[in-house]
Amino acid sequence: MDLISNLALGFSIALSPYTLLLAICGCFIGTIIGALPGLGPSNGVAILIPITFTMGLDATSALVLMTSVYYGAMYGGRISSILLNIPGDEPALMTTLDGYPMAKNGRAGDALVISGVASFTGAFLATVGLMILAPLLARVAFLFGPAEYFALYLLAFATLGGLASNNQAKAAIASCIGLAIAMIGVDNNSGLPRLTGGNMHLFDGIDFLVAIVGLFAISEIFFFIESHGKNTSIGVVLGRVTIPWKDIWNTRWTQLRSSLVGFVAGILPGAGASLGSFLAYMTEKSIAGKDGKFGTGVVKGVAAPEAGNNAAAGGALVPMLTLGVPGSGTTAVLLALLMTLNITPGPTLFTDQPEVVWGLIASLLIANVVLLLMNVPMVKIFVHILSVPAWILLPGVTMVSFVGIYSLSGSYFDLLLMVGFGVLGYVLRKLDVPTVPVILGILLGGHMEDALRRAMVLSDGDWTYLFRSNISIGFWIVAVLGFVLPLLLRNVLKKPDAVQD
Amino acid sequence: MLSDRIFGLVVTLIALAYVASATQIQTSFLEDPVGPKTFPILIGSIAALCGVIVVLRPDPNPDWPTLKTFGSLIAAVFVLICYAYALKPMGFVIPTAITAAILSYQIEPRATRAILAGVGLSVGLFVLFKFALGLGLVAFPKGWIG
Repeated sequence: MDLISNLALGFSIALSPYTLLLAICGCFIGTIIGALPGLGPSNGVAILIPITFTMGLDATSALVLMTSVYYGAMYGGRISSILLNIPGDEPALMTTLDGYPMAKNGRAGDALVISGVASFTGAFLATVGLMILAPLLARVAFLFGPAEYFALYLLAFATLGGLASNNQAKAAIASCIGLAIAMIGVDNNSGLPRLTGGNMHLFDGIDFLVAIVGLFAISEIFFFIESHGKNTSIGVVLGRVTIPWKDIWNTRWTQLRSSLVGFVAGILPGAGASLGSFLAYMTEKSIAGKDGKFGTGVVKGVAAPEAGNNAAAGGALVPMLTLGVPGSGTTAVLLALLMTLNITPGPTLFTDQPEVVWGLIASLLIANVVLLLMNVPMVKIFVHILSVPAWILLPGVTMVSFVGIYSLSGSYFDLLLMVGFGVLGYVLRKLDVPTVPVILGILLGGHMEDALRRAMVLSDGDWTYLFRSNISIGFWIVAVLGFVLPLLLRNVLKKPDAVQD
Repeated sequence: MLSDRIFGLVVTLIALAYVASATQIQTSFLEDPVGPKTFPILIGSIAALCGVIVVLRPDPNPDWPTLKTFGSLIAAVFVLICYAYALKPMGFVIPTAITAAILSYQIEPRATRAILAGVGLSVGLFVLFKFALGLGLVAFPKGWIG
């Protein structure tokens, strides 16, 4: 069995004492980051990437550390969702729908434990799915030529813009902003500078880390200044935490179903991960019917989105690792991490660097177990983290962002760019323009243009080459459907409103 | 309504300027069928088109902050820009303490706590980065230590 020997290779890397220690540290830091209001998986991981990079860890260790942080942040995010009604990132919004009412009914401890167990189920099953599916998909991906890749990138932008935002035109603008920024710098083919305006600092292009930290972390401080930290009102008090075995057992089918729904949604390149928790919640809601009382603080309403969310996060790793196409803001940040470590995701990753892939998968499994063990008994400690006031937290986050970016290049210019991206992020978010497509555009812009140009070289400038193979025709159709269908299905896909006090 | 119309207009204008500057990209003798101009021109055109769509079909206005809050946001941006310039020549500790204190004060206007937060964050983060994580930070301007 290939799978067993691959896993053995993975565990032989991930189970060394040093890597294990990194995984535990990562889980701990990640849970704290996720629990802090105003920090979620994407911006939390984003501000840590430059610092990890400067610490000079080798690729595998850095990857283990950061994926543990990422998984930890997904676990931690539910704490602020349930206790404060503040979702750490977009998918976590679904957890607030029943989690916060449950906490208000005095069952905060139960909600936290159940969501922790559901997160474990979702993430664990998704990791198993990833182990089985990713190598298969990697084999298919060998058949992809530049025309197929171009169509695939387009599909990612189209589904992300179509499904994950409220206004298609604005999502398209966001993608274009990202792609346009990616064009800046020296052109790979001709070796001549493009769109730099003669500024020497721009010849290398704009570092995607600068953009990510600016858009995700720096823009946050402006929101807190605007609201004067009022979003951090102390929510519900947590009583004694016991393990509600009965509820966990009663939600077993919900957890399994939601994991499956989330995983399948997560595989979809582009919009997957943010869709997972939504679809899982809506599926369970319609199965339970009116008597299910979803939205009033029921156990299933907490278990479903958490299992779905974490399964989708695992599912999103499938297209990210095999095709290099992320499915959400957080996987985009993980892609940025891989690119910083000089690891190019794609089918060749599985054959050329199996130790990276299987080490990563093994450390995901380990991180999951560590997180479950850490989160149930230690939840009280993490809850205390919530009371860190915004007037210490947000300046702290800003300073960490500055140090991280500064230690990358040591130039004031990147810091100025980062502040610029922070302002851009504030304006875009105010106008309901999604920022994730901007990041995706900056990350994928170069690859997308390369694919187009190589396709045209192969076909000697014949544009019909882009639609010649069945695979690329399929991608084009899904891309168009993914962008247009949500316009027609707006009423069906309408997201539930957040719980109001 | 108005915010989106302005946004759409700005996007369209910038996109057109982007297309215009993309047509000026130098080409070399090593030419491929697509060339370095086509893709940027394509992106710019799509963005310009979407900008027009947003102008024609705007969403409702977001809740913009009051003029006073806008003032403090601009002040925050100004402070961050100064910080970006000061970090290299002034060392880490002093600019960080000042910037963190100002930001803290802007989130919750209580002077004593803000100063404590600034100094605490500055010293704490310096110790963390320098000694625990081993980043090469300079605490004070070089001239001070001699």
